[in-house]
Amino acid sequence: MSQCRTETGGRIDRSRKLSFTFDGVQLYGVQGDTLASALLANGVHLVGRSFKYHRPRGFLGAGTEEPNALVRVIRDSARSTPNVRATSVELYDGLIAESQNRWPSLKFDVGAINDALSPLLPAGFYYKTFMWPRSAWHKLYEPNIRAAAGLGRAPEGADPDSYAQRFAHCDVLVIGAGPAGLAAAQTAARTGAHVMLCDEQAEFGGSLLDDPEALIDGQPSAQWLQGVIADLKARPNVTLLQRTTAFGYFPHNLIGLNERVTEHLSAPHQNLPRERLWQVRATEVVLATGAIERPLVFPGNDRPGIMLASAARTYLNRYGVRVGKRAVIVAGCDAAYAAALDLKAAGITIAAICDVRPSADGPAAARARAAGLAITTNTTILGTRGRLRVQSVRLGHLEISGSIRPGVTVACDTVLMSGGYTPTVHLYSQSRGKLRFDSTSHVFVPGTSAERERSAGACKGIDGLHAVLADGAAQGLSAAAATGFAGSPRHYTVVATETSGIGIPGALPQPGKTPPAKAFVDFQNDVTSKDLALATREGFESIEHIKRFTTTGMATDQGRTSGMNALGIIAKDFGREIPSIGLTTFRMPYTPTSFGILAGYARGDLFDPVRRTAAHDSAAALGAVFEDVGMWKRAWYFPKSSEDMHAAVERECLAVRNGVGMFDASTLGKIEVVGPDAATFLNRFYVNNWANLAVGRTRYGILLRDDGFVYDDGVIARIADDRFHVTTTTGGAARVFALMEDYLQTEWPDLKVWITSTTEQWSVVAVQGPRSRDVIAKLVTDIDISHNAMPHMSVANGRICGIPMMLFRVSFTGELGFEVNVPAHYGKAVWDALYEAGREFGITPYGTEAMHVLRAEKGYIIVGQETDGTATPDDVGLTWAIGKTKPDFLGKRAIARPAMTATGRKQLVGLLTLDPQVQLEEGAQVIATPKQPVPMTLIGHVTSSYMSSVLGHSIALAMIKDGRARIGETLYVPMPDGDIPVKVTAPVFYDAEGVRLNG
Amino acid sequence: MLVIQCPFCGPRPELEFAHGGEAHIARPSDPASVTIEEWGAFLYLRKNTRGVHAERWRHVRGCGRFFNALRDTTTDQFIATYKAGEAPPASATGGAV
Ligand SMILES: [Zn+2]
Repeated sequence: MSQCRTETGGRIDRSRKLSFTFDGVQLYGVQGDTLASALLANGVHLVGRSFKYHRPRGFLGAGTEEPNALVRVIRDSARSTPNVRATSVELYDGLIAESQNRWPSLKFDVGAINDALSPLLPAGFYYKTFMWPRSAWHKLYEPNIRAAAGLGRAPEGADPDSYAQRFAHCDVLVIGAGPAGLAAAQTAARTGAHVMLCDEQAEFGGSLLDDPEALIDGQPSAQWLQGVIADLKARPNVTLLQRTTAFGYFPHNLIGLNERVTEHLSAPHQNLPRERLWQVRATEVVLATGAIERPLVFPGNDRPGIMLASAARTYLNRYGVRVGKRAVIVAGCDAAYAAALDLKAAGITIAAICDVRPSADGPAAARARAAGLAITTNTTILGTRGRLRVQSVRLGHLEISGSIRPGVTVACDTVLMSGGYTPTVHLYSQSRGKLRFDSTSHVFVPGTSAERERSAGACKGIDGLHAVLADGAAQGLSAAAATGFAGSPRHYTVVATETSGIGIPGALPQPGKTPPAKAFVDFQNDVTSKDLALATREGFESIEHIKRFTTTGMATDQGRTSGMNALGIIAKDFGREIPSIGLTTFRMPYTPTSFGILAGYARGDLFDPVRRTAAHDSAAALGAVFEDVGMWKRAWYFPKSSEDMHAAVERECLAVRNGVGMFDASTLGKIEVVGPDAATFLNRFYVNNWANLAVGRTRYGILLRDDGFVYDDGVIARIADDRFHVTTTTGGAARVFALMEDYLQTEWPDLKVWITSTTEQWSVVAVQGPRSRDVIAKLVTDIDISHNAMPHMSVANGRICGIPMMLFRVSFTGELGFEVNVPAHYGKAVWDALYEAGREFGITPYGTEAMHVLRAEKGYIIVGQETDGTATPDDVGLTWAIGKTKPDFLGKRAIARPAMTATGRKQLVGLLTLDPQVQLEEGAQVIATPKQPVPMTLIGHVTSSYMSSVLGHSIALAMIKDGRARIGETLYVPMPDGDIPVKVTAPVFYDAEGVRLNG
Repeated sequence: MLVIQCPFCGPRPELEFAHGGEAHIARPSDPASVTIEEWGAFLYLRKNTRGVHAERWRHVRGCGRFFNALRDTTTDQFIATYKAGEAPPASATGGAV
């Protein structure tokens, strides 16, 4: 065991040795270590290079506040995590860690040239310098800045781990299991309320873990802690979550918890999720998030070996690690004395205690003096030395005159600083609670709550173990009472050295008017007091602007250790009070949170539900290639052995035109509209006249919204007087249904109409082509399907293969066609039967691509392809469908606006390229005259474009300004290779008279 | 994620609901009789209230019903929810709606 490790004490198991590597060097720690404590036990202080200046950095803290010690932890080739705080990584056997932001090595880093250049790299440097010449930004500045910037490297492969998500409800959620949180949880749990208690650390206890000397109710703190945890564990109404960070406070008391399940294990079981997201809805929340010690701002305050006094105490008392041999204590707060006493007792030489304040009279200072430690008050630090580890500090003495007298240089390997404690109000602030500035302690504390929450203990500025326990118990009791559970108050007796957390804001005094260089405020973003002074000099006044200009508080630690110091420095510069400077917003997450838990189970196959039609497997067996249409898998085309898509589509189209094809139309939206007022409702809803639609007949319906623009279309059949079968586009089914519900529930609640989505109740096979009747005639019974008995646009009930069927005679191809509707679970059987029956006629399954070509040859629009939410029925040539005599329907008032029929609107037309083999690009723009300079005058765009096999040339549909008046004109489609001349035609390319429909 | 009190089902998490825009905008009963400006206002003009706002929600992944709510847009707190067609509870609005 190294000499840094104490022989006894701490909460580690010295008998369980763990091996790990840091930058390739094998080291040993023990069970219970963090990576940070294990490194320190090996005397390793240098763990990283700073973000901007590449300065050597060590540990500032011992917990989640750590800004410097960001490392990459590598578990295996597929699992590495950058930017994790070494202070929060639990050591396990075989852990591999690497330092970051250095090249070629941590001890010799080329990027450190930035430190020498630092006078040239002040705040705002990037904004000012790289503005000119503009062209250099993309080619030169940005790539180089990007290469030099950033912390860590993201892993390159897909994340092999799984992440769990769950919801939970509780009466009282207690966040933080320090003394306040434990007291709150135990008091609330005793009332019978359902209590959840979470803490980000591996062990419950918070500050108690650093304070083994304290006695609570006559017991040493460790024993008391054990008792409380055992009591909580035994209660069925209590849920305990260790290693669980409350990272976000969302409206209505929804708290996001990030539970790290396997991160600390050497060999996690493969069935365990790596992390788990808890979304907890709590009736009442108790925030017991503690307080974080502030560093002091003085020149060279960032060298390895300079750390928070509380951190040194944590390393010693919790992990049995001495952080050095000879320490200088810099006190702006009495907490420094507690650290000095503990370190002295562990055999560390206290070389000096410098208190910047005029006097040091607290009980801890008195104990320090009694222990023989000398304290010099009115003392500041003028500078430090030491390249990879602090070697000395230079003291300065504050004179009554206000000037500073240089003092001695004190040799040391450790500097411990304490600037006072900042309440951790991040979650409180996220909950939109208003903060209040406490002018005694110079910090912000919770003021007026916005949610049903309360803060307890140090996070609301309460000092001292007894007061914290008492407040925790009181808040736990009050939270439980607010949920209807009554209990009795708890009292504690405490014996401990109580230190005040009140410190000093801002920087240590320095001689001269200009702020010193390299007095760091924000360690992670390398922001100095000089940068802040520059920002105020440059005229920034808003704290939000200063933050963005200097980047202070914008690093991954969100200014945990820097925020109050920055405010103090800025306030002093302006000669104003801190509250008048304001405070930047605290945002979630409290600590960096993996994308894994946010994605949770929604990955790969589970990312989005997949909808397959009943006949999917039959189509797949026929070789179908599928495309995604919304969540549906639709057969796109059915290639034979060596066919490409073009060849397959050409064959499929010709089969439908010349013989017979079959198409799975099951994805079409289907809504059954039922009730005595069904026809009235549809009359108001669709543009068409439904009152005169006879039972057994169908009609092509067009739906507008009240803004007059085409929203959806589909065939609607009247099944009975009071029953309609409405079809919608595949993509529009849900929104049409929602719109129907909206009008029925809120505008026309008097109508007796009920609507039901039947999309998934019916399987639909479209059998299309001149031989379609021959095919279905072999299977259909109970219906006369002759042309006279069942003309175009009719519907009838019958049977197919003995199965109940609704048969439509409809066509989206322009050919004689039927659509066979059967209950969905018969879909595959009927598809297979139709395929077998059609073999003798050469039946050809066709996919969505052929369907698109066939309908385009006929000029049938697709809503969302020809229309874009700004097309009226007239624009797309559908005025004929409108029921002219109806007093009202959705969109009627809007399409009567003059602007809706004014000249200059885009209208649907056909385009034929002069070269029949040239196919236009969908989305291409159209111009009236060739060879236009940029910007061209655009008069429309191509909406659909295909090669038509039956016509032997390409066809296109387009929306062109005043298009119908331009029929016969030549227009141009500008492409990179030149303008393509096109002739404007009517949008129907094939069988314009429609005779083929009558088969 | 808000908790929303469906008047038919009780409190449910926001992810069961769809927002439906401002409430109490009635479609003119005789659209032909309104001016273009009035029709445009019906279609497009909304209050964008800072404070107590009457808005529509649909319990789309629940009972499917539309209903109205009074929500303070500055705090996200609901003051009341009530059925479509009902007037907002007067005591809750302070006459703001
Ligand atoms: Zn409901």
